[in-house]
This record gives sequence, C-alpha cells and structure tokens, in this order.
Amino acid sequence: MSEPASQLLDIQRRMAAAVMHPLTRGETMPRRRRDGASNLREADAIIRPNDRLTSFERLEIYNRQYWYRLYTCFEEDFPGLQAILGRAKFDALMRAYLTDCPSESFSLRNLGSRLEAWLDRHPEHLGPKPILASDMVRLEWAHIEAFDSEERPRLSAEALAAVDENSSLRLQPYLRVLALSYPVDDLLLQVRTENGSSASSTNNASTSRKRRHVRHVAALAPRPIHLAVHRHENSVWYKPLSPEEFGLLSALLAGKPLGDAIDLALANSPLPEDQRPAFLQEVFATWAMLGWFTT
Amino acid sequence: MPANRFNGFSDYGVGIGLRIPHYQHILSRHPVVDWFEIISENYMVDGGRPLEVLDQILEQYKVVQHGVSMYFGSADPLSREHLKRLKHLVRRTHTPWLSDHLCWGSVDGRYTHDLLPMPYTWEAVEVTAQKIRQVQDFTEVPVVVENVSSYAEFHVSEMTEWEFLTEVVERADCGILLDVNNIYVSSKNHSFDPFTYVNSVPAHRVAQIHIAGHSKFEKYLLDTHDHPVLPAVWRLYARAIERCGPTATLLEWDDNIPTFDEVHAEALKATKFLKAAAEAGPNAATAAVQAAAKTLLEPAGAAR
Repeated sequence: MSEPASQLLDIQRRMAAAVMHPLTRGETMPRRRRDGASNLREADAIIRPNDRLTSFERLEIYNRQYWYRLYTCFEEDFPGLQAILGRAKFDALMRAYLTDCPSESFSLRNLGSRLEAWLDRHPEHLGPKPILASDMVRLEWAHIEAFDSEERPRLSAEALAAVDENSSLRLQPYLRVLALSYPVDDLLLQVRTENGSSASSTNNASTSRKRRHVRHVAALAPRPIHLAVHRHENSVWYKPLSPEEFGLLSALLAGKPLGDAIDLALANSPLPEDQRPAFLQEVFATWAMLGWFTT
Repeated sequence: MPANRFNGFSDYGVGIGLRIPHYQHILSRHPVVDWFEIISENYMVDGGRPLEVLDQILEQYKVVQHGVSMYFGSADPLSREHLKRLKHLVRRTHTPWLSDHLCWGSVDGRYTHDLLPMPYTWEAVEVTAQKIRQVQDFTEVPVVVENVSSYAEFHVSEMTEWEFLTEVVERADCGILLDVNNIYVSSKNHSFDPFTYVNSVPAHRVAQIHIAGHSKFEKYLLDTHDHPVLPAVWRLYARAIERCGPTATLLEWDDNIPTFDEVHAEALKATKFLKAAAEAGPNAATAAVQAAAKTLLEPAGAAR
C-alpha cells in the first residue's frame, strides 16, 4: 500500500482496518489486532470520545455493524453450506473467508463470488465431508448467478433450423451446468424454502446479529448427478441432465462448434448409434423450448 | 419551494420504500401510493425477478432511486462499473432525482457496505463535492445527498455536520435529502440541538425528506428503521416542513417489516403536515404545521 496521499485517505484506511478486522468470539472488537496493532490506541487517535462512550466503544459500533451485515448476507446466500457444516464450522469458514476476501463490489450480491476458489486453497474449512460441502457451494453460487444474470433474446426457430455442424450456438448467460458427486439439489431446495430469499441492500443498522434457524444435515449418501441451473419465468430451476446432455452443454458453453460439441459429448457414451439422432433431436427441442439458445 | 430543480421540479407526496415482503401485496392489490423509493443497488442487475418486479411497479407507480454505496465521501475514485449500471437503471426508471448518502464506505477498492461518518474537514468537502458533480454529470439527473446517522466523530473535524453538509451541497450545487430521523439520532449521540441542524441547512436545496424509526440503547441511539416514527422525530419533521414547504417525504422501514398497510398508514401521517403547509402557504405555514403536529402528537383530550 502506498503512503497516504491525504488526511482523508489516511483516516479512511485506519478506520477501515479497525472496522473490517474480525470480531472476537464474543462479537466484540478486539483490543489488539492480529498484526499486533492496538485498536485502543487507534481509536483514541482518530475518534473523539463523548460523555457516555469511549473512542474504542464508538469505533466498536461500526466494527460490529460491518460484520453483522456481512454475516446476514453470507448466511442468506449459503444456507445449504451452513446446513452441511453446522453453525460452528460455518461461522469459522465465514469469518476466515470474509477476512481474506472482503467485498470488492458495490453490491453485496457478489459477496460469495470468490468462495469456491478460496475453498480450493483452504480445504480445511470444508468439514468432514469436503466433497459434499464443495458441491453445495458450487450449486449455491450457480443459483445466485442464475437468479439475476442477463436473459438474451431467444434464437428464432428459423435461425435454429439453419444451424449446421460448424455453427456456434450461444446459450443464455443465466445457464450453468454442474457435475456433482452428491444430490445436493434436493437438500438445497428444502433449506431455501425453510429460510426464505437472499439478501438485499438496505441502509439501516442492526441491533444484533440475526440468527437463522440452522438444520444440520448429518448425512447424505453420494450419488453422482449432472444439473443445469437455469431460470424459467424468473424462477431458478435445477434440471437433471444425462452425462451426454452435460457434455454437450459444457462443450457449447466452452464455444465449441456444434459438430465438435456433439462428438465430444458422445465420444464415450454407451448410447447406441441408432438412438443418437433421436436423442439429439429431443434434447435440442427441449432446450429450445426452455429458451436456452440465444442470438 | 418543494418542486425545485433539485427534485426535477416534481411535486411528489408521501412515499414508502419498496421492499420484497410487500411485492405480492402491491402487485396483486394495486394500493394507491404516491410513489415508491427503491434501493438502486438491488436492481442494478442484468435480469431476473428484481427487474421483472420493477418493470411491473413502473407501469403503475412513480419510482425514485435511492443508493447506498456510491460513497461520495470515499477518497477512492468512483467506480465506472457502478456509474454505468446506475445510469442504465436511471434510464429504466426515469427517476426525477437520484439520492445517496453523505458518507464514505470504501477504501482501496474494498467495500464495507456501511454508511461511515465523514471527518468534517475542508479536504473532505472538496473531495465529496467533486464526486457528487461527477455523478450528476454522468447520470444527467439531479443528485441529492442524505445526511446519515452517526455514532462517532473525528478529532480532525473542522466544522459541524450541518456546516459540512451546507459546504458540500453549495460547492456541488446539488440538493439535500434531509433525513430528520438521522438528525435526531446523531443529535442524541453527539449532544447537539437537532433544531439547530434543521434551522441551518439551506432550505431551498431540500428535495426530499426521510422519516424512520430508531432504537434506543443505554448509551446511544441506533438507526434501525424497525419502528414507527417517534414523536420527537415528528416534531423535527414539522419544523423541516415549516422551513422547506410541503416536500416529498418517504418513510423507511427496513427491519421487522410489518404489513404493507401498517407501513403505509405510518407514512401517511406525514400527509397532515404537508397538507397544512400547502393550504396555509409560505407565510402561514408555521402555524398550520404546528397545529397539524399537535393533532398527531397529542392524544385526544390531552391538549386541554
């Protein structure tokens, strides 16, 4: 970080360092930061006390507000992960992730955008069933993206009829495809129904951290699944896919021409040769009906 | 005065914040509401249900945009991506004015998502006013800035909050969203007279007023927006209307949100003040608004 160019920048950096520092387990502002800096001294240096509150106590109000707001948003975005890990492990993950990856967006919608990549570097936070937890994170982020990503104009029937093996078919920006080791879709549907919708921005303060009901999922047997996470009539849906459908959509999303995408998807398929034309006709008709092909 | 260049010469009445728990009620029952205020950031997305609902609301209601993360007071430069998305939304809503807060909340590209208090310094005046001008120029719509509730003050401050607000809006040549609940909360937290604040702001720049509820703790007040408006805040509102005239007013209710009808009924209490001021005209507004306040704040029979 460069030297402060102004008094304003200096104060904002110093206050942000205190406000964004993790709370203690008792949800108070720590007197000393992890790097050894004294919050007491910093507060006294920049904040005026009044007749009721010390400088430290005034700064602590903001430290708590910061974390309460982020906790609320993160918990609403990842209720499935919370159900798998349980409250204590989820809290530890949330605190560590948000400390390492503070928001870099004007929108809280993007708070969890780096979670999957961060967990690749910190698998110790995934609990005793890391693949189950990791699958849930991928599905929950795909859900967030499918919820409000762009919907482009549908490809017309005429345009679709004119495609050939060299054509590149574009798919809707809201469409995500996932290969998962656990059937986490049913679990997430249950958890989201219990807990309601995702967070939105407000400009009010919270008196305390909002505690959500957490249903701990003790066990879920592994069963490989493929899913399309998509949007239909502005609701998010999880559509089961066959391995061939998953392969075909993945190749199209990667920009492969249609002929190459089909070859890749069916290369190791047990589907008999004589059934492949009917299979392709059916899946393309379904996807066209769902509006997945776009201009 | 209420319809002025800072609110696009509009003459809005009493609105409420558009919140998710009320979507179904509004879209199915079409209640009569003067206008809705939306949190801009909740609709600065590329598609999906938020925009579908917004478009349905826009078909029937007037909508004004209120932002929570432009952070005029941050030393960081403005985000181009944020500005582009904001302007895109402005074109969709045709908001007659655009509001955000007189605060900071991001530094070195990291966002706190909170409304952090400004150090009231001349440097901060310059930085903040310049950024307001940039937003106004880019979005091509009048920008109004809202005073925030605060819980801390800085040693380096060189002026009062209302002096800071006045300096900023004069230099930016922008309007004010006067939040009388925030003034009340800050007055208790920092021990100043809230009426001094209301009496000091340039009334001709007030484009909109916010009212809301707050929570009282042993040593400070917190701006929670989870209660009805308290009598002390209504008194401050009455004084603001005396000074500014019948100004577009918005009730904020963001937590423990009751039914739509309860929120709307609370907001409509402001109508008494606005009507009194409008009917009395500028010369008699004071007496008329005070009379309206009396009927609202004193239970029947208590005035004797």
